[in-house]
Amino acid sequence: MLEVRGLETAYGSIRAIKGIDLAVPEGRIVCIIGANGAGKTTLLKTISGLLRPAAGTVTFLGEDITALSPAQLVRRGIVLVPEGRAILSRMTVLENLEMGAYQRRDGRVREDIEATMERFPVLKERRNLAGGSLSGGEQQMLAIGRALLAKPNLLLLDEPSLGLAPLIVSRVFRIIREINREGMTVLLVEQNVRQALKVSDYAYVLETGKIVHEGPSPELLDDPKIKESYLGGRRP
Amino acid sequence: MFAEQLINGITLGSIYAIVALGYTLVFGVLDIINMAHGEIFMFGAFIGMVIVTKMNAPLAAAFAGAVLVTAALGYLLERVALRPLRGRTGVSHLAPLISTIGVSILLENLAHHIFGAGNQLFETPFAEIRFTIGSTTVYLVQVVILAVSVVLMGGLSLWLARTRSGKGLRATAESLETAELLGVDTKRIITATVVIASAMGGIAGVLVGMAFNYINNQIGLSMGLKGLAIIIFGGMGSVAGAMAGGLILGLSETFVVAYGSSGYRDAIAFLTIIVVLLLRPQGLFGRAAPEARR
Repeated sequence: MLEVRGLETAYGSIRAIKGIDLAVPEGRIVCIIGANGAGKTTLLKTISGLLRPAAGTVTFLGEDITALSPAQLVRRGIVLVPEGRAILSRMTVLENLEMGAYQRRDGRVREDIEATMERFPVLKERRNLAGGSLSGGEQQMLAIGRALLAKPNLLLLDEPSLGLAPLIVSRVFRIIREINREGMTVLLVEQNVRQALKVSDYAYVLETGKIVHEGPSPELLDDPKIKESYLGGRRP
Repeated sequence: MFAEQLINGITLGSIYAIVALGYTLVFGVLDIINMAHGEIFMFGAFIGMVIVTKMNAPLAAAFAGAVLVTAALGYLLERVALRPLRGRTGVSHLAPLISTIGVSILLENLAHHIFGAGNQLFETPFAEIRFTIGSTTVYLVQVVILAVSVVLMGGLSLWLARTRSGKGLRATAESLETAELLGVDTKRIITATVVIASAMGGIAGVLVGMAFNYINNQIGLSMGLKGLAIIIFGGMGSVAGAMAGGLILGLSETFVVAYGSSGYRDAIAFLTIIVVLLLRPQGLFGRAAPEARR
């Protein structure tokens, strides 16, 4: 569904990602894991159009989307939930959800917003409160609910577990699995390697801007090298 | 006497509010002070004057003409002076400010060239019509100014609160990147904001002509400074703050002249602003720290 070929992005003269190839097949959860500063966020920002690549191509459903803006990508069905969740803190929870459906012209937006609030009841309770008044976990629910209201084909998630309490983290991963079962293709970037590998079908390991390892997630979960570097040592 | 002064103050204050709204909308979305706003306002006043006084056309035509011309000026400002500087590496964050100052000087010179220097009479067709209720005299002009201002402020507030494009503007004002990720065509929103803000300046120009009966090519500067003071006073980027700040400035100026001395008019008004800012540095409706929670 999504194909990335030889992608390079630079900040000034510093190349943050150096020739990345990856593929996200339809209906799957693909994750990119790696340490801080490996280039994960840069990669997602480039795919979603926030950053212009220095080289390489991004293809989505057979169409070259390398030079498109984020708004144009939303129209084509690619939505990013950025790191930090990007809640509009001065707008209400309901308005945040409405903004998720900004590009939709069909008449079903109202019903879909209702359905989103049924799925995340806390959003219904707080519908008229400012987005900025929600807790981190609530904001993550709002960010995911808002992204889904755009009716995307591909959801890009940047560190959805960042800064959340462990209980909320497992809730977020459960939601990711749930929306995937409903047919959503997901590209996930995570530092929570164990959870990311458990939830995903295929994984890429990013180190200093390059993919150093890839494979089906269950295999990576058992790989001694991955265990040592990312999962906190060997376990019985 | 008191009631008349109150009406005078509210009339003047609502004009200030509309000028300040033009600043606050552009500041909200672009984080820049549009120094050309005062001169766009002045152009609106002159277009209105030409239509109403020189061509003897009805007042509605003056408003329409001023809106058209100032909206076009706003569009040119965005395309020629602002957009080329946006999002490019190496451009100082002060560059757009300087470029709007350039546009303001250009417009002032242009007005001098086209309309001449010195005061020009702005003859409103119904300037002499007035009503007396008890001991209070109200001019029809004041009623029209108030009505136009209320409709404009109410319309703007409703548009921002209820419509899709209004919410898109608020999202863009809060975070350009987030709005873009949600599918908002932020380029279009920015252009629309500058055009709408400029057209509001144009309407305010006609209102000032109606209120004071004369205009010159310097009114942009003084009105511009007041508009700036009001948005700092009301809270940068706040729509409610611009409205409240405009009214407070208009009322305090009017009452200083009525019960004090006209010589202290601006001094007292700005003293009020300084005192409020000492007590509340973020302005009346401003946010203390941006994005307190993430």
